[in-house]
Amino acid sequence: MSSFAQEVPLSWYLLLSSVLFSLGVVGFLIKRNLITVFMSIELMLNAVNLSFVTFAHEWHAVKGQIFVFFVMMVAAAEAAVGLAIIIAVFRARATLSVDRINLMKL
Amino acid sequence: MHLILFIIFAGFCLAGAINLLLQTHPINSALSLIVVMTSLAVLYLLLGAEFLAAAQIIVYSGAIMVLFTFVVMLLNAGREERTLGSRAALSVGFPSVVAILAVLSTIIIRAQGLGVARLGEGLTNDPEKSNMFQVSRVLFHELLLPFEVTSILILIAILGAVAIASPGHGYTGDDGERISHK
Amino acid sequence: MNVHLHLWLIPLLPFVGFLLNGILGARLPRWLVTVIGLVAPLVSFVVVANAARSFFGLGSALVSIPYIETCPFSWISIGTLHVDFSFVLDQLSLVMLLVVTGVGFLIHIYSVGYMLGDRGFARYFAYLNLFLFFMTLLVLAGNTLLMFVGWEGVGLASYLLIGFWYQKDSAASAGKKAFIVNRIGDFGFLIGIFLLIGNFGTLTFAEIGAKLSANPAWQGGILTVIALCLLLGATGKSAQLPLYIWLPDAMEGPTPVSALIHAATMVTAGVYMIARTHVLFDHAPFALGVVAVVGAATAIFAATIGLVQNDIKRVLAYSTISQLGYMFLGCGVAAYSAAVFHLVTHAFFKALLFLAAGSVIHAVGGEQDMRKMGGLRKHLPVTFWTMTTAVLAIAGFPPLAGFFSKDAILFAAFQQGPSGMLLWFVGLVTALLTSLYMFRLWYMTFMGESRSPEVHPHESPWSMLAPLLILALLSICGGWIGIERFSQFLMPSTGARLAESATPHLELYLTAAAVAVALLGWLIADRLYRQKPELPAQLANTVPGAYKLLANKYYVDEIYGATIVKPLLGFSRYMLGWVVDVAILGGIAWLLGGTALLTGAILQRWQSGNLRSYAAWLALGAAAILLFMTAPSMLGAAGVNIHLNWMGR
Repeated sequence: MSSFAQEVPLSWYLLLSSVLFSLGVVGFLIKRNLITVFMSIELMLNAVNLSFVTFAHEWHAVKGQIFVFFVMMVAAAEAAVGLAIIIAVFRARATLSVDRINLMKL
Repeated sequence: MHLILFIIFAGFCLAGAINLLLQTHPINSALSLIVVMTSLAVLYLLLGAEFLAAAQIIVYSGAIMVLFTFVVMLLNAGREERTLGSRAALSVGFPSVVAILAVLSTIIIRAQGLGVARLGEGLTNDPEKSNMFQVSRVLFHELLLPFEVTSILILIAILGAVAIASPGHGYTGDDGERISHK
Repeated sequence: MNVHLHLWLIPLLPFVGFLLNGILGARLPRWLVTVIGLVAPLVSFVVVANAARSFFGLGSALVSIPYIETCPFSWISIGTLHVDFSFVLDQLSLVMLLVVTGVGFLIHIYSVGYMLGDRGFARYFAYLNLFLFFMTLLVLAGNTLLMFVGWEGVGLASYLLIGFWYQKDSAASAGKKAFIVNRIGDFGFLIGIFLLIGNFGTLTFAEIGAKLSANPAWQGGILTVIALCLLLGATGKSAQLPLYIWLPDAMEGPTPVSALIHAATMVTAGVYMIARTHVLFDHAPFALGVVAVVGAATAIFAATIGLVQNDIKRVLAYSTISQLGYMFLGCGVAAYSAAVFHLVTHAFFKALLFLAAGSVIHAVGGEQDMRKMGGLRKHLPVTFWTMTTAVLAIAGFPPLAGFFSKDAILFAAFQQGPSGMLLWFVGLVTALLTSLYMFRLWYMTFMGESRSPEVHPHESPWSMLAPLLILALLSICGGWIGIERFSQFLMPSTGARLAESATPHLELYLTAAAVAVALLGWLIADRLYRQKPELPAQLANTVPGAYKLLANKYYVDEIYGATIVKPLLGFSRYMLGWVVDVAILGGIAWLLGGTALLTGAILQRWQSGNLRSYAAWLALGAAAILLFMTAPSMLGAAGVNIHLNWMGR
């Protein structure tokens, strides 16, 4: 096997991470369903996880992976609570459209 | 080998992410996201984070995404309608995204000193040098307290979620009546 | 041995009197107010008299002359400029103080009787004491700045006292007019002070005098400018052309006030100031000439107006202006001691004239128009005889006081060459007019038959008559000291220069001319106002234009009003009323309010409640932070090197 095929520059992983992050932000901006917006947020989190793992590999630091672990835990908790809130909002407004949920208007 | 694996699974990631954006029904978006999560797990494996790969599959695709799917089906969310958009989102948001992407890419491309990932790097037979061992040592020795606190955090989150989502809790709506889902 | 004269008592006691009467006076019984009011000038006079004793070599104590008292606190000490609260007593200030406190005390006594029925009795004495405080401050001042404090202060006291009966519109306006016109003069004084600081670096009279004496070649130029600025201040305070207009209106105040402030003391402050700074004027001959011309012109100008006035106090007011013109003339021909001599004698007989006029007014129940008086000789004997003394004195009949002093000035003027002779002639004509209008007043008031038979005049109380008698005595013998001995005494402080006469009989001729002119005035007045009382009206009819011009005071007030006051008022209304108030301030207020509202309205739209726009702005914020943090390296990538000592880059 040529070393060419055995090596992947770490910058590619980071690029992938930034692209995924940007896609997450785009989804956060253009999606109209509340749940889909939340999913975009999860996408952003995962992108960041990827970059953490990349750097952990770069510097042979396990703490990077530990941090990813914690991010996962918090994301799980956040997902649980967030979805509960979405259920509560749905019960109140009978809609999941982001544009209709505008009670915070001044 | 490594390269081919990377390309395939990176492609899956991107495809899943783009599909998430393009689909109109949330359930389709959820399924795309599961694809993304799983591909990411493989990528973690390629980077030598075995524990994390497993955790990713178990926690993210196996629990969180299932939770999302449950909620989608519970609330019977339909296809998205075209509603009034927000001009700000388009005029302000998109350039920001482009800027973010551009800045990050520039930095990453111009960065020097980033190494490479090799397949099978870090695989040993020595249990004390394995990734699993290192992770667990840090987790249960140095960062034991954060670990335990995180578990309490999750407990609280569960309690909160139960409290918020329970039928007895809730906003009574504009017309003073309890509105249940249609 | 050195004795302490305690000069600080002289201003202090009147000030204390002012505070006591001013704050507590309304609640104190009348007798107590009187005591407080009279104690102050009395004690001041005693202190001054004690100082005089030392000056004249009487008594065992010796003092160094000039006697200087300095307050231990330094007032201004900036760079090389040091100004202190220092009192200087030399011959000039001693003479002035004797007049101020002596005549002042007499007038205080007179006021007790005059103001007895007035509601503002305590307020009156408070203001009078305040005036005395500032006047003594002015006289004792050792530097121009302290003198300026006194200067302004007497202006303030004058304003308060002119407008004493403030419920009367005319009195309030007169007070304002006096203060404002004085202000114009004070402006000149202030410029003079600034120029003094700039050119001499000091404001102390002694130091300025020393600097000038050490430099006899320094003449004219900036010194003329300074002298003219000081002269402007003096014309304001001493009611000379062109700032005399306030003095006739100042007659709205109580008559003792007119006597004290507008005859004997305050209006002479200008003369005093010029005499004090005489070294400066000596080095600026042009300014000195201006002083003389202003004095002479004012003298004859005012005399012509006084000729046709019907209010007894107005006549005396214009007479004061005219006599002050004489003093300025004296200063202008560098005969400072002659001017001061006239100042002293004028204080005696002018105060007497005013007080006697007050007695007359008091007797006829407040009437001041001479056309309604007459035949008061029978009813007011004491007043009549004392006033006669004063009239004779001011007209310049020997051997009364006015003769000596006026003669000294005219003689000094004559000595100054052809222009001096012209000035002498003007002075002579003015003496004629003075005699004329004074005797006119005398005839119209006291002689003949009463033109208001319904009034029953009564003689004034003794509190008012006693000062009259004392002043009459002084008017008689006040001039006997003679100008030679007087100027000898004043020489150290005024550098009196009394020229020797070329021909020994010249003085005799001039004196004879002056007396002849005085007699002529009396004869004319006798003819016009006793023998043929219808003659004045006929004369007035033959030259109606001239008569109207004089009767209306040459329309000076109207001219000033139209050319200065009205445009200024209109301009100020426009500038302040519209431009500043409405446009600028209103505009700023509107702008501020509008900006706040506008910003609020704009920001309000940001809070739309729309989740997606919030998300967009979040993204923007994130991008901004990212850009900000990576800017150096990004720019470095673009080739621009920025070194930021931040985050260890």
